[in-house]
Amino acid sequence: MLAWWLRLCLALALALPAQAALDAATVAKLATGDGDEKVEAVAALVASGEPRAAGVLQALADGELQVAGERVLVVKGEDGFDAVTGEKVSPLPESRDDVVANNRVRGEVEAALAALRLFSPEREARLAAARSLSGEARPALRPLVKKALAAETDPDIKPLLAMTLASLEVRSPDKAERLAAVRKLGESADPSARMLLAPLVEKAKDGAFVEADDEVRAAARSSLAAVEGRLAWAQRAGLAFSGLSLGSILLLAALGLAITYGLMGVINMAHGELIMIGAYTTYAVQNLFRAHLPGAFDWYLAAAVPAAFAASALVGMALERSVIRFLYGRPLETLLATWGLSLVLIQAVRTLFGAQNVQVENPAFMSGGVEVLAGVVLPWSRIVIIGFAAAVLGGMGLILARTRLGLFVRAVTQNRPMAACVGVRTARIDTWAFGLGSGVAGLAGCALSQIGNVGPDLGQSYIVDSFMVVVLGGVGQLAGTVYAALGLGLLNKLLESWSGAVLAKIAILVFIILFIQKRPQGLFALKGRVID
Amino acid sequence: MKRRAFFKALTLTAALAAAGIGGAQAADKTVKVGVLHSLSGTMAISETVLKDVALMTFDEINAKGGVMGHKIVPTVVDPASNWPLFAEKARQLISQDKVAVVFGCWTSVSRKSVLPVFEELNGLLFYPVQYEGEELSKNVFYTGAAPNQQAIPAVEYLMSKDGGGAKRFVLLGTDYVYPRTTNKILRAFLHSKGITDADILEEYTPFGHADYQTIIAKIKKFASEGKKTAVVSTINGDSNVPFYKELGNQGLKATDVPVVAFSVGEEELRGVDTKPLVGHLAAWNYFMSLKNPANDAWKKEWAAFAKAKKLSSADKPLTNDPMEATYIGIHMWKQAVEKAKSFDTDKVIAAMAGQKFKAPSGFTVMMDPKNHHLHKPVFIGEVKADGQFNVVWKTKGPIKAQPWSPFIPGNDKKKDEPEMGKPAAKK
Repeated sequence: MLAWWLRLCLALALALPAQAALDAATVAKLATGDGDEKVEAVAALVASGEPRAAGVLQALADGELQVAGERVLVVKGEDGFDAVTGEKVSPLPESRDDVVANNRVRGEVEAALAALRLFSPEREARLAAARSLSGEARPALRPLVKKALAAETDPDIKPLLAMTLASLEVRSPDKAERLAAVRKLGESADPSARMLLAPLVEKAKDGAFVEADDEVRAAARSSLAAVEGRLAWAQRAGLAFSGLSLGSILLLAALGLAITYGLMGVINMAHGELIMIGAYTTYAVQNLFRAHLPGAFDWYLAAAVPAAFAASALVGMALERSVIRFLYGRPLETLLATWGLSLVLIQAVRTLFGAQNVQVENPAFMSGGVEVLAGVVLPWSRIVIIGFAAAVLGGMGLILARTRLGLFVRAVTQNRPMAACVGVRTARIDTWAFGLGSGVAGLAGCALSQIGNVGPDLGQSYIVDSFMVVVLGGVGQLAGTVYAALGLGLLNKLLESWSGAVLAKIAILVFIILFIQKRPQGLFALKGRVID
Repeated sequence: MKRRAFFKALTLTAALAAAGIGGAQAADKTVKVGVLHSLSGTMAISETVLKDVALMTFDEINAKGGVMGHKIVPTVVDPASNWPLFAEKARQLISQDKVAVVFGCWTSVSRKSVLPVFEELNGLLFYPVQYEGEELSKNVFYTGAAPNQQAIPAVEYLMSKDGGGAKRFVLLGTDYVYPRTTNKILRAFLHSKGITDADILEEYTPFGHADYQTIIAKIKKFASEGKKTAVVSTINGDSNVPFYKELGNQGLKATDVPVVAFSVGEEELRGVDTKPLVGHLAAWNYFMSLKNPANDAWKKEWAAFAKAKKLSSADKPLTNDPMEATYIGIHMWKQAVEKAKSFDTDKVIAAMAGQKFKAPSGFTVMMDPKNHHLHKPVFIGEVKADGQFNVVWKTKGPIKAQPWSPFIPGNDKKKDEPEMGKPAAKK
């Protein structure tokens, strides 16, 4: 009997390293088992320490694991490998089924892969693994994390691992370990730390504390308070950013109107459609790049910005020349005529591009976000738009304050007959100014195409907001527009976080009605004769 | 001379025209049907393909000889995501165009808007989208899912071990009747599972909402407050694009906070970068990724149609659940007409009971003999990197619809069939 056992052990010891095969039963469980069995199989593969285990897990995570009858295959493109032995399989069997990993299994696999990568010789790989493991670690991975922490020397990676270990030991039966873990978690600003700490101070249904030990509970309470304090700051920062982002969008949408309505006094109901034309121009430029310059696709925005400005400016100038210039000083007729023009423009775009939304893809550098604080991710698209809005504002300010056109525009706005007397061709200045305002609307459309939907109705949703901003800021004032846009953006987001999006929208409108009642001239009044 | 020649010509033309009309009537008989889907506005993203798939199905039926030998002649109207306009267009289809049947509507608010018109004029509507229940009209056949064929199984899955064992729920929707009612049902269901109001967050956004920063921040905050959290999204229309973009950009992963959506399918995810969204879920009665011969044939037919008609989607033809429901509805109507041997509304309604059809989902779906809903299978899928869905859970077979959800008080007394004879009750 003993001899038989020895022989078996010997045979196994010889056989395993020779073929470096994984345990076939485990692999089969991984491929065809139910959720529980799959999770067990992942843990078993990690514990086996086989170098090929990581490859099989990676294949599962990437959706490259397939089953053909009894056989489990790793299929990469045209090539297939047996998952158990690693041998190449050719030809590939005809009927193969994908192994489906649901969220639970994928979470396990990702955590396991990250834990295995903690031992990579490259620092970057270890850092990335430690990052992705924080908040995701499973109890089964504790020995690996402990081993990695003992071996790790990098000052950036070590604290991450220590925090991950603490999150695993917070449920440890050993009081000292638990206490240390709870204290360690108190240094975290990660939402997952709060999820781990919160249950420790709660009472179970029978009235007893979940955490029986007083000392640990007190430590958990103070740790929890510290984490929550940090999280609250992170949330405020996030809120401020989203307000700023909305404000920058409102500013972009309203800047053009600040010129055409604010300075020139034209109630331009087609302003939203000029934004829409900018967005469609961006779409057209994107398609051109995709068709002719696929290599430089990420840079299509650089071409789309001037194109959107030019397209909207041209349409705006055409509108001014053909319709609006005959209606100066007759606000009611202007209102009706421009509203009609807006319908014409919408229908024209519908005929040209179809009634459905078109897809504008973000360039690669504008997807994803940067995590500035734990739990606060600032999307790149919004950061870029805030910068863009600031640049457009700066450019407009320069044009109005420093250029000859700006000087003439200001002169015509302040006193048209006098400007005409000293030789300013007011009609031409009107056209240029209207073109400038329309062009800026086009720039807004280019920016909006990156975060919202682009359809023929795009402008309709911004026209009310734009007028709100300009009227609130004070007609004829660029600075007022800026303050009003940012103020409305922040206020809107603040209200939204309290009362939800629907009520916030109503509250903002009520606020503006009350404000205009009290102060019809807006935030900043222009002093002088223009008001009359 | 000139005048006489003119009169001669006129008489000849008139005679020819009369002969032509008579000849046409004798040679090929036609039947008019209406298609009532938004082709513009916020719902166009979802509804335009339903119009296209309806046209494809008409072509398919016409190629095989039509309905009882009648060629189908579709009248397509665009109610432009404008709810009152739905009612106007419905009236126009029934009383002016004299259509035998209408296939249309997506949002429940549009269905509620046309319902009185169909009941008053005794029209026939096939409604192809999942909805909140709480309605049974004699004049409507509901080929989408009732709550127990979509919402309830999805939430049960999220609470199961494989679904992540969620203990806290964010109910997020567009602000109208479908999300509000569904969330009311889900809240009652969650209560029955021992989940308290403190663990449920309900949030609504207007139609066409485009800025989801605050909502995502709120979800993150809610999710960090102790227990495993899941999001149930009933956002409808093109708002889904900015919602999923923001979700991806803000890095909310499905392994942490899974989002299960009831109105997001393959079509809505077109043009969204789905790589950061892998693992988020949708619950439907059909997915394009289902592998069976009926589905393969149907997908091929759709791809060929999209190519032939030069649809903008032709380079990447996608199918989805409401398209399947539209397809089932049109075929069942054809079967019912042929069984009733008449296009008369009441006769067709009677013949609809118990109709069976081998659906692209791979199952044979059946129209319930009484309650105007289909017996359908339920699938739950996870988003893959290519925008398709991996089915991670499904029912063993078709299940019967419960239009009156047992989780709304008072529904146990309501009858599981519409009132016949007089127009359905006005509630």
